[in-house]
Amino acid sequence: MKKLAKWRLFSLITLMALILSGCGKPYLSTLQPAGEVAKSQFDLMVLSTLIMVGVIIIVTIIFLIVLFRFKRKDESIPKQVEGSHKLEIIWTVIPILLLLVLAVPTVLETFKLADVSAMDKKDEEGNTEALVINVRANLYWWEFEYPNEKIVTSQELVVPTDQKVYFNLKSSDVKHSFWIPAVGGKMDTNTDNINKFWLEFDSKGAEAAGELFYGKCAELCGPSHALMDFKVRALPSDDFDQWVATMQGIEEPVQADTAKAQEGQEIFNNSCIVCHAVTPANTTPEAARQAPNLTNFGDRAYVAGILENNEDNIKKWLTDPETVKPANKMTDTYGDLTPEQIDALAAYLSGLKVQK
Amino acid sequence: MSTNAQKKGFGATLWDFLTTVDHKKIAILYMIAGGFFFLVGGLEAMFIRIQLAVPNNDFVGAGLYNEILTMHGTTMIFLAAMPLLFGFMNAVMPLQIGARDVAFPFVNALGFWLFFFGGVFLNLSWFLGGAPDAGWTSYASLSLASEGHGVDFYLLGLQISGAGTLMGGINFLVTIINMRAPGMTYMRMPLFTWTTFVASALILFAFPALTVGIFLLMFDRLFGSNFFVTAAGGNTVIWEHLFWIFGHPEVYILVLPAFGIFSEIIPVFSRKRLFGYSSMVFATVLIGFLGFMVWAHHMFTVGLGPIANAIFAVATMAIAVPTGIKIFNWLFTMWGGSIKFTTPMHYAVAFIPTFLLGGVTGVMLAAAAADYQYHDTYFVVAHFHYVIVGGVVFAVLAGTQFYWPKMFGTMLNEALGKITFWLFFIGFHLTFFIQHFLGLWGMPRRVFTFIEGQGFETANLVSTIGAFFMAVATVVLLINIIITSIKNEKVGNDPWGDGRTLEWAIPSPPPFYNFKQLPLVRGLDPLWIEKMEGKKGMTPAEPLGDIHMPNNSFTPFVISFGLFVAAFGAMYRLDYNWGLPVLILGMAITFGSMFYRSVKDDHGFHIHKEELTDDNDKGVKA
Ligand code: HEC
Ligand SMILES: [Cu+2]
Repeated sequence: MKKLAKWRLFSLITLMALILSGCGKPYLSTLQPAGEVAKSQFDLMVLSTLIMVGVIIIVTIIFLIVLFRFKRKDESIPKQVEGSHKLEIIWTVIPILLLLVLAVPTVLETFKLADVSAMDKKDEEGNTEALVINVRANLYWWEFEYPNEKIVTSQELVVPTDQKVYFNLKSSDVKHSFWIPAVGGKMDTNTDNINKFWLEFDSKGAEAAGELFYGKCAELCGPSHALMDFKVRALPSDDFDQWVATMQGIEEPVQADTAKAQEGQEIFNNSCIVCHAVTPANTTPEAARQAPNLTNFGDRAYVAGILENNEDNIKKWLTDPETVKPANKMTDTYGDLTPEQIDALAAYLSGLKVQK
Repeated sequence: MSTNAQKKGFGATLWDFLTTVDHKKIAILYMIAGGFFFLVGGLEAMFIRIQLAVPNNDFVGAGLYNEILTMHGTTMIFLAAMPLLFGFMNAVMPLQIGARDVAFPFVNALGFWLFFFGGVFLNLSWFLGGAPDAGWTSYASLSLASEGHGVDFYLLGLQISGAGTLMGGINFLVTIINMRAPGMTYMRMPLFTWTTFVASALILFAFPALTVGIFLLMFDRLFGSNFFVTAAGGNTVIWEHLFWIFGHPEVYILVLPAFGIFSEIIPVFSRKRLFGYSSMVFATVLIGFLGFMVWAHHMFTVGLGPIANAIFAVATMAIAVPTGIKIFNWLFTMWGGSIKFTTPMHYAVAFIPTFLLGGVTGVMLAAAAADYQYHDTYFVVAHFHYVIVGGVVFAVLAGTQFYWPKMFGTMLNEALGKITFWLFFIGFHLTFFIQHFLGLWGMPRRVFTFIEGQGFETANLVSTIGAFFMAVATVVLLINIIITSIKNEKVGNDPWGDGRTLEWAIPSPPPFYNFKQLPLVRGLDPLWIEKMEGKKGMTPAEPLGDIHMPNNSFTPFVISFGLFVAAFGAMYRLDYNWGLPVLILGMAITFGSMFYRSVKDDHGFHIHKEELTDDNDKGVKA
């Protein structure tokens, strides 16, 4: 008896595992929605799938009957039927009704997801009450500016959970598309205009995803389109406020503390600072922000959005970015570096942390 | 006159094909060229699947991958699917309506050669510095940023071949309107003719949008204009509109003729007339009409706003209704029938559930808010391959097997045909079904690789394995074609035994004038009607008389060749001094030969009554 129960549990667990693996990774899959937007989209997917499965079942039944019952058995000529008004009306009207069932929520959701009126509510200083983030897509990296907080970060978007976050989206070179599958559908970053939308990051979903969601570029943009990933760190709102405050506190580049890192900082100030900022203020004009802001680079989970962040991978990136991300905009721009210089830079870069 | 089946030298045959204006030979040209490009596009597809078989693969590099994916899409749509369908239209449609040729045989040849030279030009990019790499959609910001001449090859090549397609479409329209045999009213036309008619109307309205788009983009890239240059006040979203105003109807241009082919095959092998013929015609026209109202569903994430998105979402869903009507009509054609599972019927039967799946994911994609998740992912890749491969390619394979005897007078091997079918069918679903899930799990489309550990490994490997099945299926088909051609066992008028429409009333292959006497059409499925009344063939509608035929001409080839030359000049004008002279030379060749055609009188020739009685005997023997 007990054995049987065990077996049942076991098979239940395998079944669950199968279903879960059929749902993809919690940090990446649209089938494990971790926010209001993704949830309502998921619901719409489920609704449409259910309706469609209904249609498929009906067609399949007729199909199977046809295949097995009407196989040629003799050479007689079957009755030539012109059609049937009754049947034809049935299979015109029923689909129309089914589509209405789908069309109504589709329209409602489409309007709901496009509601960014909160972005227009501003206080005397011109700041919005809601959290707004300006996303700028570049070949092949992402910049996130917090206009109210007056700070900039890159590659890793930091957001508070359980509240609506509003986005302004644009591109500075060719068209890209901003997509965080587990949190909500994508929107294009155009070269012509600023697109606006909102997302909400669920704290429970964030927990399941290890606080780190994966984001992707969804519009073909050049050779490294496939590697134009970013990450999203979704923090409880207190932690988020804390993070903002720490970032705002960094007004000057932080001095490296070990000798090796100091050496690295010096090289950095000679060769890299033209492109990479190490202070978060958003005062430099956009056009001058040609590369990811590295103020909190050491806190990021990934280098260039795709390599796990450790010294080896930083060195790999600095030695030859081209092999990591073909056609990226950093290759061949900073002169030749000796292995020692690369070691020193790696030591410096991995020390760029604002969170302890 | 050179068309008699006597043995001819290779040179004479080649010259005959280079100058032919006979719709049946032009059909063969379309099939050969389209088939060749289908193999090229298929090879590109195999490279894509091999590259994606495992994570972080470096079988092809990132830049090269983008060229391959662009050329795969462009080749398959413009240079394989369209010409293959044009091949069937040319081969079958004039016979179905009881015509001796298309309305403008010369223009027909011109259309083919334009397509051919455009396609060759586009593919020469592989050898001349790199193929286009901005996707078959060639979105303006990316295509303007693309270095080298790849995108120029795309723009110029498609302009040339697009002109050919447009001519073909107009020609078919005029043919169907003007050249139907006595008694062949619109509502007696076979469904394949109807779908050719509607698809041609779509070509007439959709291709100009593409032409305008690529013309402007060409000016931006080669002649310094700023239509799509954002920094100079241009707008790239307009490119997207122009492209999809063409691009969406294009889907129906492809799939309606496919519907047509299946609507011929299913009644023949069910021995039953098409169920709900008038509603099938109505649905075809309605799909064609609605096809123009839905282009922005390709642009739900562009930021057009909720009003536009909602309207286009609902309009898109509406298309499901006429499509559903068709599915049920096919099913009920078979219902109560006497179904013989020949190879073409295998495809037709498999097409129904396969296309249904593509259709239902289409409705899912139409739900704008949910599409924000699907858009530009492998879900979309899966969807359109279900529609285009499950619909169009299945139809082309079915049509090849079905019409081969009518085109070449000999039957493809049925056993090998079924092997091809099963391999292709299994391979297809293995490749594409799982891609729906890849998309839902977060894999964007058009990626040259994927990173380990995101859960995409197994599904991609499965997908690649499936692709190999399809490749083997294609090889078996080629073997089948070779074996069949060598054996060359001749067949009679109606090799499938249950032909219903006019093309099965005349010899296989038909004599070059098709009908010695135009047939009298007494209803839908005219041959079937006569058969049921115990007659062997059609009753003629006219006494035996002289037949007027057009002369062969080399001019279409030369006109098209001139544009081919001019395209090189236009492209290299800025790089080399010889560019401009070559551009002018090419244009001179084209306009010169057009002028020659305009001033030279060509009255064609007559086949005399007496010769016809002769020819008839030969036709029967052959
Ligand atoms: C021409 C401007 C330029 C210069 C000079 C430059 N970089 Fe970069 N760097 C970039 C760009 C652009 C990227 C984004 C690459 C990508 O992901 O596509 C980048 C990315 C990086 C990254 C990854 C950032 C992240 O958040 O993941 C690091 C680390 C980096 N650079 C370090 C350096 C160092 C160290 C130097 C000096 C030796 C340097 N860069 C010089 C442009 C530059
Ligand atoms: Cu991108």
